[in-house]
Amino acid sequence: MLNYVVRRILATIPVMAVVALFVFSLLYIAPGDPAAIVAGDQATPADVERIRESLGLDRPFLVRFGEWVWQILHGDLGTSIFTNLPVATMIAQRIEPTLSLMAVTLILAVSVAVPIGVVAAWKADTLIDRGIMALAVLGFSVPVFVVGYLLAYVFALELDWLPVQGYTQLREGLWPWLENLILPAIALGCVYIALIARVTRATMLEVLQQDYIRTARAKGIGQGGILFLHALKNAAVPIVTVIGIGIALLIGGAVVTETVFAIPGIGRLTVDAILRRDYPVIQGIVLLFSFIYVLVNLLIDLLYTLLDPRIRY
Amino acid sequence: MNRRAFLQSATGAGALAATAGLATPAISQRVAARTLRFVPQADLANFDPIWNTQYVVRNGAALVWDMLYGVNADLKPQRQMVESEEVSGDRLTWTFRLRPNLKFHDGEPVLAKDVIASLARWQARDNMGLMIKAIQDELVAVDDRTFRWRLNRPYSKLLIALGKVGTPSCFIMPARIAATDPFKPISDYVGSGPMKLVRSEWVPGARAVFEKFSEYVPRQEPSSWLSGGKQILVDRIEWVVMADPATASAALQNGEVDWWETPIADLVPVLNKSRNVVVDIADPLGNIGSFRMNHLYPPFNNVYARRAILTAMSQEDYMRAVVGDDAYWKPLPGFFTPSTPLYTEEGGEILKGPRNLDAAKRLLDQSDYAGQPVTCLVAQDLQIAKAQGEVTADLLKRLGMNVDFNAIDWGTTAARRAQKSPPGQGGWNMFHTWHAGAVCVDPSSYTAIRANGDKAWFGWPTSEKVEAEITAWYEAASFEEEKSAIGRLNRAACEDVVYAPTGFFLAHQAWRSNVAGIVKGPLPFFWGVSKAA
Repeated sequence: MLNYVVRRILATIPVMAVVALFVFSLLYIAPGDPAAIVAGDQATPADVERIRESLGLDRPFLVRFGEWVWQILHGDLGTSIFTNLPVATMIAQRIEPTLSLMAVTLILAVSVAVPIGVVAAWKADTLIDRGIMALAVLGFSVPVFVVGYLLAYVFALELDWLPVQGYTQLREGLWPWLENLILPAIALGCVYIALIARVTRATMLEVLQQDYIRTARAKGIGQGGILFLHALKNAAVPIVTVIGIGIALLIGGAVVTETVFAIPGIGRLTVDAILRRDYPVIQGIVLLFSFIYVLVNLLIDLLYTLLDPRIRY
Repeated sequence: MNRRAFLQSATGAGALAATAGLATPAISQRVAARTLRFVPQADLANFDPIWNTQYVVRNGAALVWDMLYGVNADLKPQRQMVESEEVSGDRLTWTFRLRPNLKFHDGEPVLAKDVIASLARWQARDNMGLMIKAIQDELVAVDDRTFRWRLNRPYSKLLIALGKVGTPSCFIMPARIAATDPFKPISDYVGSGPMKLVRSEWVPGARAVFEKFSEYVPRQEPSSWLSGGKQILVDRIEWVVMADPATASAALQNGEVDWWETPIADLVPVLNKSRNVVVDIADPLGNIGSFRMNHLYPPFNNVYARRAILTAMSQEDYMRAVVGDDAYWKPLPGFFTPSTPLYTEEGGEILKGPRNLDAAKRLLDQSDYAGQPVTCLVAQDLQIAKAQGEVTADLLKRLGMNVDFNAIDWGTTAARRAQKSPPGQGGWNMFHTWHAGAVCVDPSSYTAIRANGDKAWFGWPTSEKVEAEITAWYEAASFEEEKSAIGRLNRAACEDVVYAPTGFFLAHQAWRSNVAGIVKGPLPFFWGVSKAA
């Protein structure tokens, strides 16, 4: 097991190297010029050129790439073109809201989606099942920003229960932290709930056909025990896989959700950096999320061994 | 229903609900009366008003750094950090004396050496600054509070240059900060103005916080725009960045923010229905819509093609697409801001009266346009640029031109417009933008009116007539001479079509009804603004 973990961690190095080369190349060929944006609308072309030179953007691809890689190898993600702040500092400023949003969404989604997926499988082909699946289709279909605005309208503007926007740090109290995250987490969680619920239902349906379930019923085990102790445990591997894959979905969805609810997280930082062509920030964020995604996949793989003793590395 | 319509109806419904008294006290509202929460026009991603000439940076900088002079609501430069000035009889030597007790935020006194270093950095980036530098013999400190500027030619617009709102404005920084290369950003934000930037709470992309500087000594005169007593009546101003207008609208209606600098036109009717929100014109000097044509390549390297555009274009179409409501725009047969002293319509006949498509087509024939694609850059993420671009595309089609419509974002537009390569090879034929009316009151900061070829703004127009009249304005000794020069400049700019003005329009601002003291102006002025509990 330890060997496997070490091998997997070492395998992240070439993955990150490919990601680094890919993202740097992509940004190099992408249209746009941060110098033009920095200079502002009143700047002359000569000013733009001088700023481009001062930022080192006029240097060849290989020189810039080499310099960036050298910085990365020294643990330095570089400095933002616009804010003149270290990229690591900017990410550190923004990581808490995004992680909080993802954590609350994840908890909400799993605690809602798994039970309703189980119930849908249990009541397969009934009105309850169809109702749950209809909601799942709706969850898939309605864009995050529509759900977000509807929630803000009802719960913030009309009922005045929750704030429209913003983020409060966890250190300022649990409720202030949570009240800013409830609506965004529901908006972001809709697709995730739909995805997990559908996979849970499908997997459970398959497991519920197995012989050992019939045996369990014959032994007189109650419905709850069958569903949640016997069936769900054996259906867990695909569900956990989907939850892991869904992390990428959450990262993508956070961009929109953070915009709608004005949450100062990594998603907003990403969009701002892309719109301004703040290359070091974009590169830093992509590297970070690639690393997180690789780690999440590793954790999921390790989790399989706990859920299914037959899986060994 | 599209996204914007959905947002409008959603927030509109919210506003109606609030109006009907359905709202209960907000459990989430923790806004202290001494803290003003402001939604700026854009993110304050950087805070160097010389390196970065974006308006949002200037607006924040006006809180943190003071100026030697500042224009008032009559567009006249008034003393600000300067106590007195003395000009020699030949108008070549200016001697300035600073007010006593001026302090930087680190407690150090503002000295003449700081002013000189700040002026030097500003000069390197500002058009007027460069002009002054070109005729400057010396700029020296006489003593701690006095500095002298000796020129080899009179420069009658000196005080305008020092007090203008156009970017970069001449802010005074400590000498050690002003010593930074003007093409590199500063990283120390010790200011001389009435508020301090709270560095530890500044999160670019999210918020910027300013606290009152207790040792700032305001002037005794009433404030007027950038001049007069900059009395700060709150302890703290928080800039809350909101990328989404619907969110900002809802936050304002919900009392989570106090003042929104730039509500989009679509949401103004919604805000007007909210009893706790006041909506008004942001800036009486408004904005001038514009599309720039590339004078380097066919078809717009030919003046007949450019005139064809002016002959055919309907400013009404443009303005209705940009602002909708007819109360907030007016036609503009020229290039200067209406209702300002130098405003003129001289030579603007080509933009007046019914539009004549046939005459435009005849002009286009004269231009030898051969049906080549016209590369039209249209930024989709800026509503004003997008709306204008769509009207232009329709106009070109009606003129029988072959439109290559490039729907891109502003970041790409900003880079593409700087390309001098041919349109089919990464270059362009036209792009859309707008200019703040405050900049278009005279040629001092109006880079878009310049027609000095390679050195001109994007599109690189060349017109000796235009340049001659700009020089005439600079050299004018009286208001009458200035007015006359601007009249001839307007005529020349229309004849040679420096760019196509699409009309004059006003934008809005909105604030909570418990906020008082907000004035109309080219930037948000925070002095004199108070907030009731």
